[in-house]
Parts: sequence; C-alpha cells; structure tokens
Amino acid sequence: MAVLDAPRIVSSRAQFADSYTLSRYLATGGYVALRKALTMFPEQVAAEVDKASLLGRGGAGFPAGRKWSMLRKSPISYLVVNGDESEPATFKDHFLVESDPHQLVEGVIIAAYSLQVSQAFIYIRGEFALGLERVQQAVNDAYAQGALGSKIFGSDFSLDIVVHPGAGAYICGEETALIEGLEGKRGFPRIKPPFFPAVTGLYGEPTVVNNVETMSNLPWIVNNGGEAFAALGAGRSTGTRLFALAGRVVNPGVYEIEMVKNTFRDLIYDPKLGGGITGDHKLKAIIPGGVSAPWFGPEMLDLPLGQDEVGEKGSMLGSGSVVVMDETSCVVRVAWRITKFFARESCGQCTPCREGSGWIERAMYRLEHGGGRMEDMDLLLDLCDNIAPGLSWPPQQTTICVLGSSIPSSVHSAIAMFPDDFREHVLHGGCPHD
Amino acid sequence: MSHFKPDIRQRAEELVSLYPRARSAMLPLLHLAQEQDGYLSEEGIEEVALLTGTTTADVRGTAAFYDMYHLEPVGAYVVGVCTNVACLLAGGEELLEHAAKTLGCAVGTTSADGLFTLEETECLADCDIAPCVSVNHRFVRTTTPEAFDTMIGEVRAGMRSHDIPVHGNLIRVRRSVGLRAPREEVIEQRARSSAARAQRAEEAK
Ligand SMILES: Cc1cc2nc3c(=O)[nH]c(=O)nc-3n(C[C@H](O)[C@H](O)[C@H](O)COP(=O)(O)O)c2cc1C
Ligand code: SF4
Ligand code: FES
Repeated sequence: MAVLDAPRIVSSRAQFADSYTLSRYLATGGYVALRKALTMFPEQVAAEVDKASLLGRGGAGFPAGRKWSMLRKSPISYLVVNGDESEPATFKDHFLVESDPHQLVEGVIIAAYSLQVSQAFIYIRGEFALGLERVQQAVNDAYAQGALGSKIFGSDFSLDIVVHPGAGAYICGEETALIEGLEGKRGFPRIKPPFFPAVTGLYGEPTVVNNVETMSNLPWIVNNGGEAFAALGAGRSTGTRLFALAGRVVNPGVYEIEMVKNTFRDLIYDPKLGGGITGDHKLKAIIPGGVSAPWFGPEMLDLPLGQDEVGEKGSMLGSGSVVVMDETSCVVRVAWRITKFFARESCGQCTPCREGSGWIERAMYRLEHGGGRMEDMDLLLDLCDNIAPGLSWPPQQTTICVLGSSIPSSVHSAIAMFPDDFREHVLHGGCPHD
Repeated sequence: MSHFKPDIRQRAEELVSLYPRARSAMLPLLHLAQEQDGYLSEEGIEEVALLTGTTTADVRGTAAFYDMYHLEPVGAYVVGVCTNVACLLAGGEELLEHAAKTLGCAVGTTSADGLFTLEETECLADCDIAPCVSVNHRFVRTTTPEAFDTMIGEVRAGMRSHDIPVHGNLIRVRRSVGLRAPREEVIEQRARSSAARAQRAEEAK
C-alpha cells in the first residue's frame, strides 16, 4: 500500500480553486519563508538546501545545494529558471505554474538571495499561455508588495525577475540551448566544456539553471529546515516529488508522494493514485522518467521510486513522468512515435542525432505501417549502437547534448523486451492492432 | 514609420528595456509581431530586426527554428491535436483524423473559410486529459470527437472569445513595472555582501 501521510510540500494549495491568487497565497503562509531567509546569511540559506539534499527535479537530478555552493568561488551573475517542460508525458511543471505561481516566484527570490544575484529569468514554455499569464501576475504582485525590486522587504537585497516565453522547441529545455533562446538565438546546445552554465552561461557569465519544481520546494525548506526535508524519503532521494502519471491508467494526473517509500505499483494501482489499469487490462510496460528513459517490464513494479533505485536497474527517474502501456497498446507504434518526436526535435548540429533519428524513424515506420523486414531489428539495433555505443544506460555520448544519446532508449527497449511483437508486425505486413 | 500599432510598439520597447542585451527580447518580440498580424509578416520581421539590432535574415532564421511562429498566414484559430505517447495511447491519431474531417482541411493546412489551421502537435504537457487539444495555445480539453465538434461549433458561433483569443494573442497579462533594481545599487550591494561573507568565512577559521 502506498504511503500517503507525507506532507504536501509543493502541491498543498492546489486543492483551492483560487490557489494561484496572491490572497490565497498570503492566507496560506505565503512569503513567510522569504522574510525568514532575508534574516539569514545567504550562505546559511544555501547550507539548508544542502542539508535538505534537494536533487534537481529537471531530469539530471544534480543536488541543488551543491550546484549553488560549488560556484561560490566565482560569483554568479544570473539565475535562470527552467520551465520549458517538453519531455513527452511530463506535465508537473505545467501543474505548478498554473496552480501555484507565487510559490515558484518566492522560491526564485530565495534562490537569488542565496546566490546574491540581482537578475533572474523565468523561462516558460510558450505553449503555456495561461501559465505565463499566472506567473507574470505573480511577479507583478510581488513587485507591488515589495517582494521584488529595490531593497526587498526593507532588506539590503534587490532583485528583478523577468518572465521569458519560449516559442516551441523541445531542445530549449536543455540548459545551454535555453540560454541561447534567452539570448534571442536558435536553441542550439553549446559544447560542454567549456560552456557549463556555471562557468560560461548567459552572456558568457556564470549562471545557475534550475527547474521550476526545484525552485518551488525552497519556501518549504526555508520554513521547516533542511533536516525536515531530508527526513523524508531515503538515501540520496529526499523529500517528496511530483510524479506525472499518464497512459493506460484509470486516474492519470500529477501526484506528490514521498520519495523511495512508494513503488511503481503504488503509483499505478493505489486507489488514491493511479487507480489501476484502464479496463482492468494487464500491464505490459512502463516508461519511467520521460521518453528518454529505457523501459521497464511488470517485474519492476515493486521498485521504489527513488533516483538511485531506478538508476541501478538501468533506467532513470528523470523528469518524473511515468507512462503505462497495457496489453492493448502497440509497443512498436509507441517506440516509432517517440523516435518521430526526436527526429522532429533534433536541432541538427550533430550527425548521429540528426541523421540517426530519421533513419530509425523510417525503419520503425515501415515496421508499423507495412513493409518491415526481419532484418530490420538488427538494423535498428545497429543504428542505435552507432548513436550511443554499447547501448548501456547512462548512455555513451557521441553528440553535443544528451537528446542524441536518448534516441535509442525506446527502440532498444521495445526490441529487447518484445521481439515477438516485431516479428508479428513483419509477418502481418503492418500493425496487427489496426 | 512603425509597422507596429502604438500600443504594440510601446510594449515592444518596454520588453527590450528588460534585458541586458536587446537581442534577448527576440522571442517575446516575435510573439508580439504575431499578435498584431496573426503571423510573422515581412514588416513585422523588419521591425523586430530594428528593435533587436539584427538583420531580417537573422530574425527569420531564428524564428524558423521555433514551432510557434508562423512565417505564412494561418487561420484565426490554430487547432493542435497531440499524438505523442500519452495521447497516442488515448487515441490521439484517431482524434486528429476526425479533426481533419470536421474542419475540412488536411493536417498542416487551413480551412477554405480561413478560420481554422490544423496542426499535429508534440506533447504539450497536458497529458492527463488525453488526447490533448489546444486552440491558439489554450487547452480546451475536448478528448472525444463529440466534444471536439461541440467546441468547434462554439468557436464558429463566436461563443468562446472569452477564453480563446484570436491567433497570436499569447500573454494577456502585462508586466506592470520596468526593472526596479538599479545597477549602481546592485553593484554596491554585491560588493558589500561578498566582503561580509569573506569576513564571516575568515572568522569561522
Ligand atoms: C534534451 C533535454 C531536454 C531537457 N528538458 C528540460 C526541461 O524541459 N525542463 C528542465 O527543467 N530541465 C530539462 N533538461 C535538463 C536541463 O538541462 C537541466 O539539467 C535542468 O534544468 C537543471 O535544473 P535542476 O538541476 O533543478 O534539475 C533537459 C535536458 C535535455 C538534455
Ligand atoms: S544531440 Fe541532437 S539535439 Fe543535441 S546538439 Fe546534437 S543534434 Fe542537437
Ligand atoms: S503526450 Fe500529448 S500532451 Fe503530452
């Protein structure tokens, strides 16, 4: 049974219809944390976040406290918040910007204070029109009550926040591509090294990039202390986390649950969470952590939802999305569609990613739509191996960013787990589900 | 002469002033140009080039990278149906096919009356109410063919103008203030705070 008694750290207000308004925010403890943070030294705030062991919620899971303190040697110039959320089937940041924009803004101010930066940018996916409006309103409200601008709440700290809309490009979620977008250019990821944002970021200056959910945790951590946060979860995976559950489940949605204490089975089957598979069908496979992640079969259902726990089994918790497929789902079609997405979204700088994604997509297309050959499975694995040599996880990288190395995950998983489905497609001359 | 109407022009200048470098305002300015014209017209692109200190080729090249910008005119309502993984599992392809029939135009084209343009979208991060349908970047949450047709009927009858503005209107909440943390003050504060921090570190030793 799922453990559901953990506090709601980032989703406590979502139950109210007016959760996005300043009045609701102030009535439910809003801006208490910022006032408290301003009485602390900046490095004390960073120390609390370090104690909390808050892992970045954007995908890579790097500890936020370390990201901030590693950089103390050279002062940071800009804080950039990543709200580009485009990893397919990930929708937790969408939930946060619409349901609790003030919490995000307060988190950003706290982070900026700790880093002592005076300009922050919140980059939000352009397609989130309502989310953009709500975050802009929250920023306006923050200025109006003295939480932003010159000498915040009478302290010696000043900050401006600019809300920046994206314009439809998955790759702008990658932090260096996002910085390019913020500089008004095409979203081409930069080569690392030397372009680690912390060293050479926005306008070539040291920059911290953090995810929306990472920022949204900060007010609670300041209010309750890093230790209280670290007391939740286990091992390196502390606190709670938002999981976006989608696909063939009865109750798809965003659920905040304690890390590690719950398993995939809890998330998918608990009546208060996923509520089981649609139509009482049998589970076929799950995609943990976004479509970049290798798939799991039903034998992994009892795996705890923790970063290292999932990592050790050869996949990742990634962006916190879990997609469920049942026996009525066609895995060939799913893997083809995912590759089509990568082929469309590849920025085109690297040959293995630009060409490889298209070749894989075409071979998968003919398997799904008729014209597939038995040799195609070997051909596909060979193509995958060219993009990410060895087909291990985490992948070997032949490209500038890890979009390229993530392309093989779904196709490799589908072939390895369900070779008979591919054979059936070849013999049937297309998808047997059609 | 500015191609932008006075209100748009004013918002454009405000936007440029928010960034350390004018070029950074590129994406929001292109959204504004699209708000005025419904797509990125030659004149709109020229004005953005002037405002950002770039060339029209540069602006067009940048805009072409991003899916939300239209370099050709589109319908007053751009309808997107998602077929990515979560929506695929919920029948996104079938709903897209149905949408093409209802709107009377193939995917990627505009209906004869110029009212609708139909697009197949990638995941729009609204995957729990799948398949995801958006109209002018508003999530309308019609997951069945019937609900889709009702929604389109309402748009046609002008009954949805309160929640679905015409194409290009992205953010209707305007920023209320310009930058408020003056540079000199910030530089001074920073110097003070790093000196104080260095002293604390010294004392801790
Ligand atoms: C192709 C690609 C897409 C990404 N998309 C996102 C995204 O949409 N949102 C996000 O926060 N991080 C995304 N990331 C991860 C960011 O590069 C970065 O690690 C993250 O924003 C750092 O924030 P965090 O430490 O708080 O997690 C993406 C990375 C890659 C390679
Ligand atoms: S791996 Fe793909 S998306 Fe990443 S930089 Fe190379 S071509 Fe662009
Ligand atoms: S998969 Fe369609 S909105 Fe996410």
